[in-house]
This record gives sequence, C-alpha cells and structure tokens, in this order.
Amino acid sequence: MDLRYSESDEAFRAELRSWLARSLPELPSRPSWDDWAGRRRFDTDWQRRLFDAGYAGINWPREYGGRDASPSEQLVFLEETTRARAPYVGVNFVGSLHAGPTIMTEGNDEQKNRYLPEILRGDEVWCQGFSEPGAGSDLAALRTSAVRDGDDYVVNGQKIWCSFAHIADYGELLVRTDPDAPKHRGISWLVLPMDTPGIDVRPIDTVLGSSEFCEVFLDDVRVPVANRVGAENDGWRITQVTFAFERGTAFVSELVEARRMAEDLAGLARDPAHRHELGHVVAELDGVWALTKRNVTRAARDGSPGDGALMVKLAYSESRQKLGDLSVRVLDRSALDIDNEFVVERLRTLALTIAAGTSQIQRNIISERLLGLPREQQWTSS
Amino acid sequence: MDFELSADQVALRHGIRSLCEGRFPIKRVRAGFDRGAHAELAEAGVFSLRTDGFGVADAAVVFEELGRAVVPGPLVWLYLANGLVDAVVGGLEVARRRPPWMVEHLDVLDTLLVVDDDGVQSVAAGKVAGALPVARPLDPLTPVHRVEQLPAGELVGEADLVARWRLEGAVVTAAFLVGAAEACTELSVAYAKERRQFDRPIGSFQAIKHLLADMLVRAEVARASVHAAACTLDDPDVGDVTRAVAGAKMLAGEAAITNGKTATQVHGGMGFTWEVDVHLYLKRAWALDTVLGSVDEHADAVAATVPG
Repeated sequence: MDLRYSESDEAFRAELRSWLARSLPELPSRPSWDDWAGRRRFDTDWQRRLFDAGYAGINWPREYGGRDASPSEQLVFLEETTRARAPYVGVNFVGSLHAGPTIMTEGNDEQKNRYLPEILRGDEVWCQGFSEPGAGSDLAALRTSAVRDGDDYVVNGQKIWCSFAHIADYGELLVRTDPDAPKHRGISWLVLPMDTPGIDVRPIDTVLGSSEFCEVFLDDVRVPVANRVGAENDGWRITQVTFAFERGTAFVSELVEARRMAEDLAGLARDPAHRHELGHVVAELDGVWALTKRNVTRAARDGSPGDGALMVKLAYSESRQKLGDLSVRVLDRSALDIDNEFVVERLRTLALTIAAGTSQIQRNIISERLLGLPREQQWTSS
Repeated sequence: MDFELSADQVALRHGIRSLCEGRFPIKRVRAGFDRGAHAELAEAGVFSLRTDGFGVADAAVVFEELGRAVVPGPLVWLYLANGLVDAVVGGLEVARRRPPWMVEHLDVLDTLLVVDDDGVQSVAAGKVAGALPVARPLDPLTPVHRVEQLPAGELVGEADLVARWRLEGAVVTAAFLVGAAEACTELSVAYAKERRQFDRPIGSFQAIKHLLADMLVRAEVARASVHAAACTLDDPDVGDVTRAVAGAKMLAGEAAITNGKTATQVHGGMGFTWEVDVHLYLKRAWALDTVLGSVDEHADAVAATVPG
C-alpha cells in the first residue's frame, strides 16, 4: 500500500505542467455565465487545444484517438489542470464523460467512427435526454415513445434536465420502444441529431437564473434506426453503463475543484468558528480524495472502480455542500451577490445531491447492492 | 501508486482477525485487559510491529482488526513504547490539561508514561500514590483511576519522540476507531436483516437502510483517510503529514462515534441494553477521542495546515 506516483507519472506531470504554463495565457477571456454561445465557443476551443496537444480523452483508448492514460495519470491530469486553474470540461461534459464512453462501449464501428473523433476534437457538443417530468428517480418509468416507421423511429414525448440542449449538436436519448414490456425492458438508447425537425428546446431558469438545463419537446421527430446504440429494448442496460461512467469518474474533477475552493476559502476565513469548520470540511474532502485513490487502484487492478464510486458520489456531494454553506457564512454580506464565485458555486452545488441519482437513491443502491439489504416492499392499493 | 492492501497486508489482516476471533471473543473482551491478554498480544507481535520492521501502514491494518474486536488495553501506548520501555506500559497525556489525572488501566501497569509537549517521563506505577478508582468508568473495559499528583519520573524521551508518538499514535488509534466503526455497521446490518416488525425485516425500510448506507460510507471514507495518513508517515514525500494525520484521526473518531450512536438507534430498545455489544464500541470511541487529539482538536489542526 503506497501513495507514491511512479516516475512515468511524474514525467507526465512535468510535461503537462509546462504545456499548461505555455497554453493558459493564450486563452481568450472567459465568457460570462449566461453567454451560452460564448461558452460553447470557449469550451470547445479549449477541447481543441487539449486535442492538438494530445490531452483530449485522456482516459479513452488510443484506437478512438484518446491517450489511454493509466488511472494514476488521470489523477495527475486532474491535479495539474486544477492547480493551474485550467478551464473545466464545461459543455463537453456529456460528450466526453457520458455519451462518448457509452458509444465506445456499446456502439457499432460506424457509430464509433462517426461520433467519437468529433467529440474528442470539440467539433460537436452533446446533450442529455434521459429524465422526463414523470420519470426522475424512477427513470425507467419514461414514456417518450419511439415507433418504427420504415428505417426511422418516430419519436414523441418530453424530456427535462437536458444539459446543454440549447447549444448541442446531438443528444443521447432514451425512448420507449416496447410499451407492452415490463418498464425496464422496453427502452432503447438513440442518438438524436438536434437539428431534426420537430424538436423544440426551451431553456430552464434555475435557482441560478440562466442554466445549462433545458426542456426538450419531441413532436413526430424522425430518428434513423441506424442511430440506435445497442439492441432494441436493451437501452436500460446501456443506461447503466452510462451511469457507471458518470458516477465512477465524472465527479473526480469536481472533487479536485472542491479541494481547491476550500483552500481559496481559507484565505478569507478568519473567525475561529469558521476556521474550525473549514478544517472539518477539508478533512472530509481529503478523505474522499483518498477513497478516490483507492478506486483508482482498483480500476488499475481490475478495470472498474468498483463500489467505491457510489460512495464517492454520496460523500463528495454532501461535503461539497457543507463547504458551500460555510463559504456563504464566511462571506457575510458579500454573499448577497450571486456572481461572487463562492455564491454561484453554493447555488450550483444544491443540485449535486439531486443530479445523477439523488442522495436518497444512492443510499438505496448502496444499502441493497453493497450491504445486501432487502428492497422496500411496494405500496399496493387494496 | 498502489493504494490497496498488499498481499502481505492481506495476510497480516487475516492473521490478526484469526487471533481476535480465536483468543478474544466478546466474552473474553468483556472480562477486560489483564496480563494474560498482554502476553498473548505481545506473543502475536502486535506491540513489536515497528521493531520487527513493519511500517505504519501495516500497524494500521493490525489496529483496525483490534478495533473490530474492541480488544481492551493500553494497546497504542504498548505499541509506541516498544523497544523503549520493557514493561507493561500505559500512557497519560498531560499537556494543556489539569488534575485530577484520569489514568487508565493503572492496576495492570508496571510503568506509566507521562507525555507532555517537551518529553516523556517514565513513572513506576507502584509509586503513583492516592489513586482513587472510578467506581463506574464510562467504558467498562477501560478502568480509570483519579490521581491528584504524579510522582517525579525519569525522562525517557525528548520533544522529538513526543512529536513522533503524536503522529504515529494518532494514526493507529484512528485505525482502531475505523475498525470499531466497521463493526458497528456489521452488527447493525445483521440485526436489520433479522429483526422483523410490520411483518418484514426492518432492513427493508428506507428509514433504516439510509442510516446503514451512511454508516458504511462514513467508515470507508475514514478508512481510506487513515490508510493515506499511514502511507504518508511511511513515505513523507507523498503529502503533508500533519494534515493527513489530523484528518484521519478526526474522520475516524467521528465515524466511530457516529456509527456507535447510529448502531444504538438501529438496534432499538436492545441497543440501550448492557447485553448488546454496541455500547462497548460507542464508549470506547468516546474514550479514544480523548487520546492523541480529539475530533475538535484535529479539525483545528487541519485548518492550521491550510494557509489563511
């Protein structure tokens, strides 16, 4: 058991650090929070720079243009990009951490060749189309229908919480292809070109004001059958693959970012009570970071981060919210400005215990899958 | 980086777990620490880990198992003092505290090591005068005497020894606490699967399941943190030793105390009884939070490592 990075990890760190030092000063100024066209431009430009330097898709296999970095190199990448305050994955989130890995695992060769290089270069932006107004935690209850008509599916329904739908080229769309099957068995996973006629995208104002979230209305939208990833009605299993990526890796960069913010907050916190609480939260985030290193070791040993990823998601999101609560108190009346970095973060992180599986759903999964507890009995009407 | 137990550490864990299951079942544990227990643990090499060439990470593996079995005794002091004092020793931290001194396990000790900021004094246990036993110690397995005045001792270590003991001792104590937190989770999960109310196991209710999920996660985060602190002590280049150790003791203390309380709750009325073992874990956790830095002190210590 040791925490020492290998010589090759350290060589990678040195190379990356010097690239960041050269590249970051060349970046244009960052767009404002609600300038969505500007944010797409900025984030995809950053993705292109990563690609040109060989850092895009750091965890993707080489055959898809990635770097095939070892899990420990991925940690080094996150540590260094965060330390240098490099841009976050931003609008490339769904493509590079969600849809891309899913297509890589479950797509056919044509789909891999068509979509993966564009995601990696930052040429195409993806959005998510999973949740519906009536299918949140109970995602498998989704009702958006896809009916075969020749070589197309005709899709009708409504999606919600579609991150980046207003600026995306493609969506990962879950639809019901067999209305008569049990709810988990009649779902398919489609690639939805967002310029298809019949799609109406409406941004959702959140507690932050403008946001990346949208509602998407689908009215007789024709999607080629060739856009289906995996077998018809096998979409629920594929969705679990997507979630394994999301819950497994997507939060690690958030965690690194939270540790940096805690250190920034330390520069502002003077009151002994605030310092005390800060120490508490820093220790928690350090502990979750240690658990992440354990998951990384497991991923290197047997290809999957294992159950630890579920625990990281639950623990991280709650510690991050404590940090946010503390930051608002430290700021005192400076917190009355939503555009303060800490305030916008406090508001944004209210969603961490809701998105990608609420903390309550996470606890159900952990208690059933890891502790072997029985499922709660269904309510039945008598 | 390989942040998992090595094959040797897995074997070590297995060996200590077998020792605890075979020689320290809960019935014997409830009889308390005595010279026989000391001899068996010493024979197994629990106290001589460092002099036998093991690292702090190995010691953390061992103490986690001792914590799971809630083995009583001044185990951490015996581990720290090995090679320095050849006797049954206990420890007493006096820095920033005032009498009466609450001395643990005095009746079994040969030597009491009095730890202050500037050094360690060795005091013959027989020379401690006027010690009054606490009739009902908080932890029934940690007997305590009240002592108003300590006799003069012999200096056996300077400030650098104290500094090392505070780091290493905090990590192995934290490992013990993690083991206690894990045992509380296991006891509670087993009970929730077996105990039936409303014609179903109480472990099927989300109100219970969520408590248990939190117990598991709390202990796992603390465990990773303790292992990280141990690895950092073994190889100080990989991180900030002070921050890693303080965070580990804080998280482990909190995990053991919170899991002890939650285990009491999950066991319902039975959790409030002397018969059910849960209280032994909770009481030990409270007792060990007063040793080598509390949750509160370590939270402040972590904050002090983050530049303000």
